[in-house]
Amino acid sequence: MRLVLEKRPEASAAMAIASPLIALALTVVTGGIIFALRGNNPVDAIYVYFIEPWVALWSVEQIIVKAAPLVLIGAGLSVCYLANVWNIGAEGQFTMGAVLGGAIPVLFPEWQSPLTLITMLALGIIGGMAWGAIPALLRNRFNANEILTSLMLVYVAQLFLDWLVRGPWRDPMGFNFPKSITFSNWQLLPYLTSGIHLGVIFAIIAAVALALLLGRTMKGFEIRVAGQSPRAARFAGFSQKWTVLFCFLLSGGLAGLAGVSEIASVVGQLQPQISPGYGFAAIIVAFLGRLNPIGVILAGVLLALSYIGGEAAQISLGVSEKIARVFQGVLLFYILACDTLILYRIRWQQRLPSAQGA
Amino acid sequence: MRKFLMTAAAAALALGAASASAEAAMDKVKACWTYIGPIGDFGWSYQHHQGLEAVKKEFGDKVETVYVENVLEADSEKTFERLAREGCNLIFGTSFGYMEPMLKVAAKFPDVKFEHATGYKTAPNLGTYNAKFHEGRYVIGQIAAKVSKTGKAGYIVSVPIPEVISGINAFMLGAQSVNPDFKVEIIWINSWFDPGKEADAAKVLLSKGADIMVQHTDSTAPLQEAEKVGAQGFGQASDMIKFAPKAQLTAIVDDWAPHYIKSVKAVMDGTWTSGQYWGGMNDGEVAMAAYTNMPEDVAKMATETAEAIKTGKLHPFTGPITRQDGTVVGEAGKPLSDGDILGMNWYVKGIDDKLPQ
Repeated sequence: MRLVLEKRPEASAAMAIASPLIALALTVVTGGIIFALRGNNPVDAIYVYFIEPWVALWSVEQIIVKAAPLVLIGAGLSVCYLANVWNIGAEGQFTMGAVLGGAIPVLFPEWQSPLTLITMLALGIIGGMAWGAIPALLRNRFNANEILTSLMLVYVAQLFLDWLVRGPWRDPMGFNFPKSITFSNWQLLPYLTSGIHLGVIFAIIAAVALALLLGRTMKGFEIRVAGQSPRAARFAGFSQKWTVLFCFLLSGGLAGLAGVSEIASVVGQLQPQISPGYGFAAIIVAFLGRLNPIGVILAGVLLALSYIGGEAAQISLGVSEKIARVFQGVLLFYILACDTLILYRIRWQQRLPSAQGA
Repeated sequence: MRKFLMTAAAAALALGAASASAEAAMDKVKACWTYIGPIGDFGWSYQHHQGLEAVKKEFGDKVETVYVENVLEADSEKTFERLAREGCNLIFGTSFGYMEPMLKVAAKFPDVKFEHATGYKTAPNLGTYNAKFHEGRYVIGQIAAKVSKTGKAGYIVSVPIPEVISGINAFMLGAQSVNPDFKVEIIWINSWFDPGKEADAAKVLLSKGADIMVQHTDSTAPLQEAEKVGAQGFGQASDMIKFAPKAQLTAIVDDWAPHYIKSVKAVMDGTWTSGQYWGGMNDGEVAMAAYTNMPEDVAKMATETAEAIKTGKLHPFTGPITRQDGTVVGEAGKPLSDGDILGMNWYVKGIDDKLPQ
């Protein structure tokens, strides 16, 4: 006797939406058990982790600001993944966006006008697009696997930034520390409230625009067909190469915009490390959001909460920062498990089936 | 107004006035730390955490301590803001990269005191503190030159900031005081904590004829590599004898406890003022671990040198000092100024390496 996964004849649409919520509930329960085992009061701990960050306005602002780059990148990646185009290198496109956008304040520190910021943002998008175009072209021209090339280009971008801030772009007054000069005035994004900067608006606009693109336009239809049935797409006369390039330029551009927005707000200068791994976390966000740009907004906020709540728990409860990582892992585990159970059901099988070729 | 306040603060500091500020004393202080690495690095962050433990022990239930580890520099502003909002009275940031975020948050919360390790920018409620690590480096330079059979040390370093460069120079001056022909080979790994890279660098240096490992990076890996091949070396930031019982000669131990206790006390009494504190062996902030695995005469020499530095009889950077390019700095018999050491960006003569530009 053994367990088998059997494909359900029809997946429940209601369950597809409920699945992340069930996963979240299971994570909370598991988290409570972990806290109880550590000797914390589980109800207090869950409150500190998941609820308290929402109680004060400044903390809500922190969550939103943290979610912005995740949503911006995740929305673009959703489009890619729907089309079966696997851009894993958003972190690199993020970095190159920051480098190209950051070139303006570093090379022209005196230039202060609204145009400065606009140029920075435009260059950020171009930087991300250009870096994203490389794996697209390699795939279209040489059929190189874009998962590998886009991932490897992450390290190239990071080392390039590293070299810049240790060498030519180092702040001459900074005692040799590997940092650029700090940005000021029009080299920074304006803040809408004391805590929320313009990058948050970019994220919302991008997610809504991509939702419209996917749902309402021919291009969106092309992308869905390309992802679900490449053969059908070919018969319909949709160019696969163009789809690959389009997806990489789109997601790369958005990642680049996220990169330049981060250095022009939260970070305020170029330095070797400018991201806690937003480009990779956004992959999780894309799937958590069901590859739906609006879902990505919710998923981005949830992942941001896991970072912010983790820090709050460290401060209030003295738990290790590893707890936050454990929570993220547990959450993903449950999401994948729930998704699997929507598509498949578990069944006990009495005897081994006869050998079948795949 | 701000200028006036700073002048007033400086005057208070100069006079040593106990309570120049109008701030009230506190019954209970909430002191909060942020660490760049995990407290389990057994080096830099570990030592700061030992300081936290010492504060707890000293003040008992009159102090509440909080720490956050693995705080990424790029993302640290929100951490400092959260600490300030959660009622911390005194916040310590223990990595250079926290400087700009701390400045921003300090401006937002004028009632909270901030102290930043290894930085150079201050504010009325943001002071800095650092340690004279180079004093210990001079002592280990002498030991290295005495103990080494090949006459060559391997030196693993992170980033070419003045603190690191003055460390290399002090080590070399110490070594040259024993053996004028002593050689050092340097590898920059551009990271403060990367056990893999540190181990690789150590392997390269050991295979190129160095029999003494020196490091200005935070993991125990280089010392462990030395232990494997029977070479020797020095612990960094913390006593690492457990990780290399045969290889460790001594270690430069950062003891932050005295400073942390003093600062928490000052906040408690309402006497805290912003300033730039730079403690050395004399203040107990830089200490040498037990001298092990070396002949008795070497241990005796090291003890005497450390004692001379402590009492001020010996200063590692006593002029005249010949730089790599042949120019001479410092007046005969007089130490370089603190400013010269804190801004050091040149090698002393005898170092066969080029500063990364």
